[in-house]
Amino acid sequence: MLDYITSYLGMNTTPGQAGNVLWALIYILIVFAGVSVAVMAMNWLERKALAHFQIRLGPMRVGPHGLLQPIADAVKLLTKEDIIPDEADRLVFWIAPLIILCASFTVYIVIPFGPTHAVTDLNIGILFMLGVSSLSVLGVVMAGWASNSHYPLIGSLRSSAQMISYEVAMGMAVVSAILMTSLNKSGTGTLSMIGIVEAQQQQQIWFLFKFFPLGFIAFAVFAIAMVAETNRAPFDLPEAESELTAGFHTEYSGLRWSLFMLGEYAAMIAVSSIAVTLWLGGWLRPFPNTLTGPAWDLVFSLFPGFTFLGLALIAFIGVIRMPKHPYFRIQTMGLAGFAAVLGLIGLILFIPPVRDRIQDIFWFTAKVGVFMYLYIWYRATFPRYRFDQLMKVGWKVLLPIAIGVLILTAILGVVL
Amino acid sequence: MVPVTTLHYLVTAAALFVLGVIGVLTRRNVVIVLMSIELILNAVNLNLVAFSRIWGLHGQVFSIFVITDAAAEAAVGLGILIAFFRNKETVNVDEVDLLKW
Amino acid sequence: MQPVATTFFFYFLSGLTLLSGVLVITRKNPVHSALALILGLLAQAGLYLMLYAPFVAGVQIILYAGGIMVLFLFVIMLVNIERSQKEEQFNKQWLIGMLSAGALGALFVLVYTKGSGLFPASMAVPVESNNTQQVGVMLYGQYMFAFEIASLLLLVAIIGAVVMAKRRI
Repeated sequence: MLDYITSYLGMNTTPGQAGNVLWALIYILIVFAGVSVAVMAMNWLERKALAHFQIRLGPMRVGPHGLLQPIADAVKLLTKEDIIPDEADRLVFWIAPLIILCASFTVYIVIPFGPTHAVTDLNIGILFMLGVSSLSVLGVVMAGWASNSHYPLIGSLRSSAQMISYEVAMGMAVVSAILMTSLNKSGTGTLSMIGIVEAQQQQQIWFLFKFFPLGFIAFAVFAIAMVAETNRAPFDLPEAESELTAGFHTEYSGLRWSLFMLGEYAAMIAVSSIAVTLWLGGWLRPFPNTLTGPAWDLVFSLFPGFTFLGLALIAFIGVIRMPKHPYFRIQTMGLAGFAAVLGLIGLILFIPPVRDRIQDIFWFTAKVGVFMYLYIWYRATFPRYRFDQLMKVGWKVLLPIAIGVLILTAILGVVL
Repeated sequence: MVPVTTLHYLVTAAALFVLGVIGVLTRRNVVIVLMSIELILNAVNLNLVAFSRIWGLHGQVFSIFVITDAAAEAAVGLGILIAFFRNKETVNVDEVDLLKW
Repeated sequence: MQPVATTFFFYFLSGLTLLSGVLVITRKNPVHSALALILGLLAQAGLYLMLYAPFVAGVQIILYAGGIMVLFLFVIMLVNIERSQKEEQFNKQWLIGMLSAGALGALFVLVYTKGSGLFPASMAVPVESNNTQQVGVMLYGQYMFAFEIASLLLLVAIIGAVVMAKRRI
């Protein structure tokens, strides 16, 4: 058994490529658990970060600094009554959140956390990701239709129109990044996600900086389009509370609503990982071409450990600043335990065998984490777009820019 | 069970084609007739891709063109349906029986 | 890459496709028919993957299931009348229609039983890793003219659909 595991760790392909069903299932379970934890952490971070942006504190009571708030929210949503509108179409009402959830989670089988750390490496990886994430439009349309009431209907029509408009600009930006993968000696590009990051490694440059500023403009177009695609601020008119009473998921309550939220956060992480893979170098460490050599490799390999030690330090400072009152004893002990766990993980990540293996996963997750923080920052900072302004931006601003970048990239790729 | 050969795929495509023809000829709702036409086109695509495994990639390229055509045809067909519905308030195939309303 | 459990997946996916075909032509509610058609299209993408055509499978998911079916759902929402779901579902010539379809099915059975010896019993597993590149080379090389005409066709379809659905030209 043990040598089965260690013999697997020496493999050089993904489990999907090798046809290994058991390891593929284990990877799927790990990814699923990771995404669920990430969604809960994202929920907490959003409430705390938004609160601090608005000069207030956010949830502080439930756990120390609100760390147990997502669990309390989950328990509340699970125990709510499941209300279905009277004239609603029951089958379609039931199926709509499932479609969004399945579409958002199926995308995770091609996301590469490392050169062999993906569930599988499809030949058409990026095409599969774009296609399956466009299936969530169907779920939105059906959620609004099945609720049989006018706010959800208008909300779902607006939301689906917005999503299909920004998919076009996303596709054009993605195509211009795929073009850059073909600028190697053999002249053939690739659509597979692992192949795209390996092309960046081979060409020794992140596609963000290639043909500057073309790569950057394509990345900017994709970053704006992906925020609109996932119905997040400032493009969240269809689900804003002051506009449409929560849009297409108005009539959903309890567990069904939490499925919508789960699907939305999972879609956010999925499109962020597309952006990271295509432009930001996936699992590569920063500066792969300018700062080379074993010394710089060692410096960058210490980052995971120092990140967790830094988080443990912040938690420890929070412990020290807790009020010294007997009522706060349990919270202080809880936060101290949390700080100790983080510090322990940081120390484990300094051990050389673990340090070498964790590099790819850490850099990928760190970059996706930066995107998640950017999502929350946008929500706190920008006012909402009106719907006609939103459609104007999608069709009349982003699409021409994306097509222009595509043409210029193609010309430069042939000429240079 | 017998190993899966090309004939299995062709039989599936033929069955799908017959189902689509039944839908086109017997249903009363225009939208469902259009969806049965999409079933027919899908059966043809399955046939093309099944044969492309034996005789090269031409089948796959042609099936991409068929999918593109299906998109264009669905768009125009649904546009006609909307224009008709605006005039006569029905989606019944039996009532499309006047040249000029 | 070795295929895994081919027989089970073929029967499962083709059964799902045929089941969804039956559901499309028999449901009263057009939204349920559209949902069944989406299921059938996704199962068919799986069948394309089994036939070593990953690019066509990807195009099917993006265009058909993610584009055309959204269009259908929008139009169903626009023209759905409750009254039409309570009426008779099959039109006046359903008997002739079924007989013609039966004749077509009998023709298919005849052709396939007569010609079943024409196909090779076992085929080599084709190379799948550069399928997209080869399709691209053919699309932009041999079928370039057809590609341009298809883009012109889509432009005409867009203009036609907009003109048909506008209230006032």
